[in-house]
Amino acid sequence: MARLLTDHLLSVLIFLPAAAAAALAFFPGRAKGAIRGFTLAVTAAGLLLAVWLLAAFRPDAGFQFNEWAPWISYFNIHWFVGMDGISLLMVLLTNFLMPVVILSSTRFITEHVKAYHIAFLLLQTGMLGSFLALDFFLFYIFWEVMLIPMYFIIGVWGGKQRVYAAVKFFIFTAVGSFLMFLAILWMVAQRYSATGGLDFAIFSYYPSGLAAASQVWPFLAFTLAFAIKVPMFPFHTWLPDAHTEAPAGGSIILAGVLLKLGAYGMLRFSIPMFPAALAQFLPWLVGLSLVGILYGAWVCFAQDDLKKLIAYSSVSHLGFVTLGLFALTPASVSGAVLQMVNHGLSTGALFLLVGVLYERRHTRMMADFGGLAKTLPVTTALFLVVALSSIGLPGLNGFWGEFLILVGTFQAHPWTAAVAASGVIFSAVYLLTAVRRVFFGPVTHEENTGLADLDLRELICAAALLVPIVWIGVYPKFLLDRITPAIEHTLSIVKGLMP
Amino acid sequence: MKAALLLIILAPLAGFLINVFFGRRLPRAGVTAVAVGSVGLSALLALFVCGAYLSAPEPAAFEYYTVLSVGGVTIPFALQADALSILMLFFVTFVGFWIHIYSIGYMEHEEDYARYFSYLNLFMFAMLTLVLADNFLLMFVGWEGVGLCSYLLIGFYYQEKWPADSGKKAFIVNRIGDFGFLIGIFFIATHFGTLRYEEVFAKLQADPGAYLGVAGIIALCLFVGATGKSAQLPLYVWLPDAMAGPTPVSALIHAATMVTAGVYMVARCNLFFRSSPEAMAVVAVVGALTAIFAASMGLAQTDIKKVLAYSTISQLGYMFLAAGVGAYAVAMFHVFTHAFFKACLFLGSGSLIHACHTNDIFEMGGLRKVMKTTHWTFLFSTLAIAGIPIWAGFFSKDAILASVFAFAGHHHGWAYLLWGLAVVTAFMTSFYMFRLYYVVFGGEYRGKGHPHESPTSMTLPLVVLGGLTAVVGFLGVPVVFHLPNLMERFLEPLTPAVEGLAGTTFHLSHGMEWALMIGSVVVAGLGWLAARALYRTDASWTWVKGFTARHPRLYDTVFNKYYVDEFYDRTVGAALRGVSRFCFSIIDGVLIEGPVNLSGFFVELTGNVLRFLHNGNLRTYALHIVLGVAILLWLVF
Repeated sequence: MARLLTDHLLSVLIFLPAAAAAALAFFPGRAKGAIRGFTLAVTAAGLLLAVWLLAAFRPDAGFQFNEWAPWISYFNIHWFVGMDGISLLMVLLTNFLMPVVILSSTRFITEHVKAYHIAFLLLQTGMLGSFLALDFFLFYIFWEVMLIPMYFIIGVWGGKQRVYAAVKFFIFTAVGSFLMFLAILWMVAQRYSATGGLDFAIFSYYPSGLAAASQVWPFLAFTLAFAIKVPMFPFHTWLPDAHTEAPAGGSIILAGVLLKLGAYGMLRFSIPMFPAALAQFLPWLVGLSLVGILYGAWVCFAQDDLKKLIAYSSVSHLGFVTLGLFALTPASVSGAVLQMVNHGLSTGALFLLVGVLYERRHTRMMADFGGLAKTLPVTTALFLVVALSSIGLPGLNGFWGEFLILVGTFQAHPWTAAVAASGVIFSAVYLLTAVRRVFFGPVTHEENTGLADLDLRELICAAALLVPIVWIGVYPKFLLDRITPAIEHTLSIVKGLMP
Repeated sequence: MKAALLLIILAPLAGFLINVFFGRRLPRAGVTAVAVGSVGLSALLALFVCGAYLSAPEPAAFEYYTVLSVGGVTIPFALQADALSILMLFFVTFVGFWIHIYSIGYMEHEEDYARYFSYLNLFMFAMLTLVLADNFLLMFVGWEGVGLCSYLLIGFYYQEKWPADSGKKAFIVNRIGDFGFLIGIFFIATHFGTLRYEEVFAKLQADPGAYLGVAGIIALCLFVGATGKSAQLPLYVWLPDAMAGPTPVSALIHAATMVTAGVYMVARCNLFFRSSPEAMAVVAVVGALTAIFAASMGLAQTDIKKVLAYSTISQLGYMFLAAGVGAYAVAMFHVFTHAFFKACLFLGSGSLIHACHTNDIFEMGGLRKVMKTTHWTFLFSTLAIAGIPIWAGFFSKDAILASVFAFAGHHHGWAYLLWGLAVVTAFMTSFYMFRLYYVVFGGEYRGKGHPHESPTSMTLPLVVLGGLTAVVGFLGVPVVFHLPNLMERFLEPLTPAVEGLAGTTFHLSHGMEWALMIGSVVVAGLGWLAARALYRTDASWTWVKGFTARHPRLYDTVFNKYYVDEFYDRTVGAALRGVSRFCFSIIDGVLIEGPVNLSGFFVELTGNVLRFLHNGNLRTYALHIVLGVAILLWLVF
């Protein structure tokens, strides 16, 4: 039995939430406490398992904990999962955020509690599967699995415009994944006509071996699918709506993990599979990343809705991530992967705290707040620390990601890096302005005087997020050492083949 | 030594952590003990480290752990003790300790006592990290850290508008500077492959010719950072508003220590600057212009802290002027003396504000009789900043003027102009400081209530710092006195002579040195006399009042600081707001969302049409089939 578990660690990891979701179906809907407690226990177990994997992970050993078993033998499709440093970090992020989300939803989600938790557990299986799949078809299945629960999370438990936001989210993502599916089939067909064998293993396409001209369309299809997910400018307009309307827990997972799948996909598919097309479109991708950084920040200045501001700030921060990826230097790509984690933690924490404010005042408008520092000192302190981490203050996590992205980009494109670095000024402007408007100054609304500060449950959630924010800020090497071999391997595939 | 250096920065950090987590539950005495004790420990250890260095003046660096190592970029957490770090370490911990003591009295009635001291300790941690760092990135960590503490402490009274806005302003303006600093770091990392001072400067020294172009660019990028942190043109605008913070904070952060970090950084990187005469010229010109510009704004201020703030900007300008002409040791000497007299001036102003409950100097007056200690220490430091002999500022300012003059004489004739500006600034400095002195201490008391001397916890630091303003100048005695110039000798390793790089000292004849010295004393004396004539008694103000009444526009322009803030708001601020609205309303709202929603509309429309067809009526379907077959037949044949 123990042997069975240790040989199938990743399968257990992936299907634990789905199994729990199936079990939840038998819970009576009125047993809200039991549903919450059970889900929390399962997600906590998932976190423990992820930490165990972290401890057992060997940075230099490439993909590990691999499992390979025939699945749809007729098409030579396999259950093929494995973990390298990059997926390790993403798995850690996912399983770290999940218990926080479940714990933080307790007071906010009071209707359809069972369905809510089932949706999140299925979503978790989808996310973990996407990060760990090493078979094209498997990846696509998990990618689609994520879509449905998220659609319902926004559409059922969201705000006033939830249906519009949910449909928009669904259509944008579905268009992307449809293109991706076509590209997968086309590539497998090409390989079949060349070799006479069906091959769905992702590794087999490192690189794809297609002629430069034939790389263009599959490359664009994959990259567009991921660019929508990230989102890159100008495919970002689904994001502010989805974020603003989603419940706090949905926003945390959406910003924390789902957006990362776009960047993860670029690093796993777009970059190593199509070197020639990549070289051809690199100026565009670098350029759009740069535009995203500045544009996202500028749009933030114009926001009156705190949640929307944080949503747009993601466009800017993810711009840094894609810039780092497409600068293709070891430092910049490492920084980008680290920044994916950082953004998940910081933006997750920001959405959590905005949720705290929303629960108390039922508004997200900054003008409705002001001077909260007096009544909510702990919330203020935590929000400030998280905002500073998002601004990239040295000593907190965000700085190292941005620094590595920029210094690595500078080696390849000095001017681009210099312009991108101005993003550090703009992020300070919009976030500190938000802090100023919400927390400082005199109390201008009577309703804000008697608010209660964080309760124990909220404090645990926020403090849990702060621990890695500070830890990565002080010692980023620990995580970086685990991802650099995988990144150097990926870059070594590309570098030789780029014209 | 290794442990001592680490403990110097960790002690205030521990103090911060204790007070931030438990401060609200600790009794005041406990908060005080933690805060002052931790900084006291740092100061004692700093003395130990200074002693160890003086007995064996060898620079030493210690590595504690590797922060990261990726793609050829390695960042160690490492501290170093060399002459420059030791100098900064000494006065930062010394002045910092006395300002902590002073704060006990000054913040006595403050509700958020623990929060105040926790920020102050965090500042000490960041400042000491900045000066002890052995690489550019760790310096940057401290650099941004002190900026954060500055933000927190300026906005300490966050419920009021001015402090809350000013803190934000300080952070953002500093970020603009930090942007330049970051670019400089990218250049260094890319071209030198390391960020450790020792390795970078060794490479530069070994082959200065190889880095000539890039070194100048690096120097200018770093200098952009310095103009932010050290409040130079055009980024000085945050410092006057930084006065919204508690006064001891103004003394510690916005006068004695943090704002001099830019000068420290330029001195630390002197090899870069010396690689590029253009970069040096930029530093010198910006310094001289800032010095005179800020001094002129100081002439018309009525808020005691604003006067001191402009004087700080002006004095920092002097320091950059010195650095710009290659006199790095002299610049650091002025940093050192300035720390004592300016801290004393600010603490003195705090004592006055504490007593009179106003910042307006025209609501004070006659205080020399009731606040004897404050009066004497304030007078001492006024003499020091004005440059009156034996007080500290005389030695350092005279050295700056002499260095600029010598530099100008050495093939850089245009620098005589800078020297001229510096001399005029010296006059203005002496004038506005004695104006302040006479208005506050001379005449009769014009305010409300009955001011009285401050408690011992506040006057003791005044006496210590004020007394030292008459002493520390002797560390840098000019050569003409045939006494050892200790400061110059101590800082000698800072500026190694390298062939191919600009020199750092230029010779002056003894006669010329005497002449310059006497000249600078005369200029300071004239400023003093002019202020005395115009402001000594309440009756003597009539001329000034008449003058400002006759020239209202001139007075308003100076009083409103040349409307620079308004100018920035209407250009940079307005541009940003406009771009932001354009992006959000036009690009996002119309150009992107338009087609998206339009396609959504068409999908819906198609759906409605199709729904009309799919009405579930079997006969309609039959009709469709028949129609379809008919069309097919028509197409085929």
